[in-house]
Amino acid sequence: MKKHMFIFLGALIAFSFILPYTTFAADSYKVGALFAVTGRASFLGDPEKKTAVMVAELINKAGGINGKKLELIIYDTEGDATKTMLFFKKLVNQDKVCAVIGPSLSGTSLAIVDEAKKLKTPLVSCAASYKIVYDAKTKKQRKWVFKTPQTDTMAVEAIYSYLKKRGINKIAIMSVTSGYGKSGHGELVRLAPKYGMDIIADEKYGPKDQDMTVQLTKIKGNPPQAIVNWSIGPTQVVVLRNWKALGMTSIPFYQSHGFGSRKNIKLAAGAAEGVLSPLGGCVVATALPASTQKDVTMKYNKDYQAKYNEPISTFGGHAWDALYLVANALKAAGCDKEGIRNELEKTQNFVGQHGVFNFSPDNHIGLTWQDAFYMTVVKGDDFTLAD
Amino acid sequence: MEKITFATQLLQYLITGLTIGSIYAMVALGFIIIYNVTEIINFAQGEFVVLGGLVMVVFHVSAGLPLVIAFPATVVLVMLVGILLDRLAIRPIRKPSVLTLIIATIAASILMKGVAMVIWGKDPFDLQAFSGRDPISFFGAIIQPQYLWVIGFLILITISLSIFFNSTIIGKAMRACADNPDAASLVGIDTKKMILLSFALSAAIGAIAGIIVTPISLMEYDRGVSLAIKGFGAAILGGLGSFPGAILGGLIMGTIESFGAGLISSAYKDAFALIVLLAVLFFKPSGLLGSVEISKMKRF
Repeated sequence: MKKHMFIFLGALIAFSFILPYTTFAADSYKVGALFAVTGRASFLGDPEKKTAVMVAELINKAGGINGKKLELIIYDTEGDATKTMLFFKKLVNQDKVCAVIGPSLSGTSLAIVDEAKKLKTPLVSCAASYKIVYDAKTKKQRKWVFKTPQTDTMAVEAIYSYLKKRGINKIAIMSVTSGYGKSGHGELVRLAPKYGMDIIADEKYGPKDQDMTVQLTKIKGNPPQAIVNWSIGPTQVVVLRNWKALGMTSIPFYQSHGFGSRKNIKLAAGAAEGVLSPLGGCVVATALPASTQKDVTMKYNKDYQAKYNEPISTFGGHAWDALYLVANALKAAGCDKEGIRNELEKTQNFVGQHGVFNFSPDNHIGLTWQDAFYMTVVKGDDFTLAD
Repeated sequence: MEKITFATQLLQYLITGLTIGSIYAMVALGFIIIYNVTEIINFAQGEFVVLGGLVMVVFHVSAGLPLVIAFPATVVLVMLVGILLDRLAIRPIRKPSVLTLIIATIAASILMKGVAMVIWGKDPFDLQAFSGRDPISFFGAIIQPQYLWVIGFLILITISLSIFFNSTIIGKAMRACADNPDAASLVGIDTKKMILLSFALSAAIGAIAGIIVTPISLMEYDRGVSLAIKGFGAAILGGLGSFPGAILGGLIMGTIESFGAGLISSAYKDAFALIVLLAVLFFKPSGLLGSVEISKMKRF
């Protein structure tokens, strides 16, 4: 029985690779997209997918790329590394895409970076970790992999340099014990000496905790000059309510770049007033000074709102950046994978949703914290630029 | 902001710990009620809490019903879900063993979580605090008004349950089923109805817990598992099967977590409660208020 199963599975896999794919359309450029549309990371994948679909429509409406249509092939990874791998192979081997954007998560991106190299296919990831583009073994950028989101490192540097400017050096940090919080916590601790930050309290809480009063009470016993909190999900709102209830609003509260959704301000029910966070351009588009950055982000905000009748999230912007970067490379190189890769690496002064991208052989992230983040402060029910 | 004293900090830890502990205690009570009548651990108990919070959001926030109407309506609706759980997942199982029934509740919890995700999506939801969010100062410590509601409801539930189980015929019949289902059915107690009632009652308590905790912690579709684990731990700590044990277990779990996080390290908050749980089970395997004789008679 088991043997038959193996033969059957083997045949199935073999067929899926051998079968000649007849749906090849010569008048279109195919781009693959891997997003965690459902599953635990759907808050990333859902806006990313919607954004990518919208961007492809916009490009095609404007005449496509070099007269050819942009055909987007999207698979839902469900945030699962194995599925991501299977779909990535399918995109390259069966669908014959020119390049792939996504996946949404650092874990799923890392799962396929080696395969991208093996299959010689350009990959523009929408996930945060710098390890996606940086090969620790060779100490070089991975040849075929790029990414659009800001890294934790950049967010920490943005916060620390702002604190330094304000003369603050005694801080308390709080973080959630999920992957996001742990990664941010690592960077907060690592970069503290560089900016002269003295971490006098280091508190943690679980991603499903009901209340963080205890952690804040502990901090209150030895008050710092500022609190830096690293979490996503409901805890980043609950912690603000506790902060306010405990009467700690005289200690400035800094959130990570994961705070960038107006839903959070609403959920905090008034407790978010005065909270600071470093956010990408597209989230604070209305508050930006007149610039190309403002035009680009305002247009995205308007288009997205009109099409889906919901506000953009910071994550959709990463897909916007990834797909336009690929589209620009396609325009210059056509569907030549090596060519697309070279064009991506040559990209300079590309104004995206999250800053100005400048790639080079030594830099596949393309952003620096100075132009990828705006320090914002919550006023009323919106984010405004902090001075 | 003035610096607070160590004594005030301790008081704050105690208050917060008791509040969170009250929630654990309510989840633990839900476990115990079903366990006592059926000997199964209902792993969908956490989902009742989630449903309580989310259904309340629909009634109170979306539909705009006043609190006094939305609250009982939510409890009744979640009770119906509990009844359906018994009728659709528990009773139809042929040749039930305790283990198959427990697996059925796990399946039900996954299904309920999935349905909740489809209906409400993945974003957390908020409810207005019942009597505002202006904190009350108590010897320097801060009490959120909602904390008092949580503790108050635990007291209310405790009193109601003790009256129900000690002074009403139905309550006594349920206890009879718990002690000896065969003998209970011989004297004419409809054990099936009692099981149904136990699910309804557990669901109701879960719903109340969900409604009152949402203004503090928000509520989203996948919070059930973590609540169920904490509540289950509390039920074991107090002695599986004992009502006072469940309440005591919950309050102890919450308080230990709170003091552990405040005085030692917040990174190992969950570990402290588990260490105490293990230590108690090591010295008294039946739990704080459980009895070895009774636990020997149980199949699970």
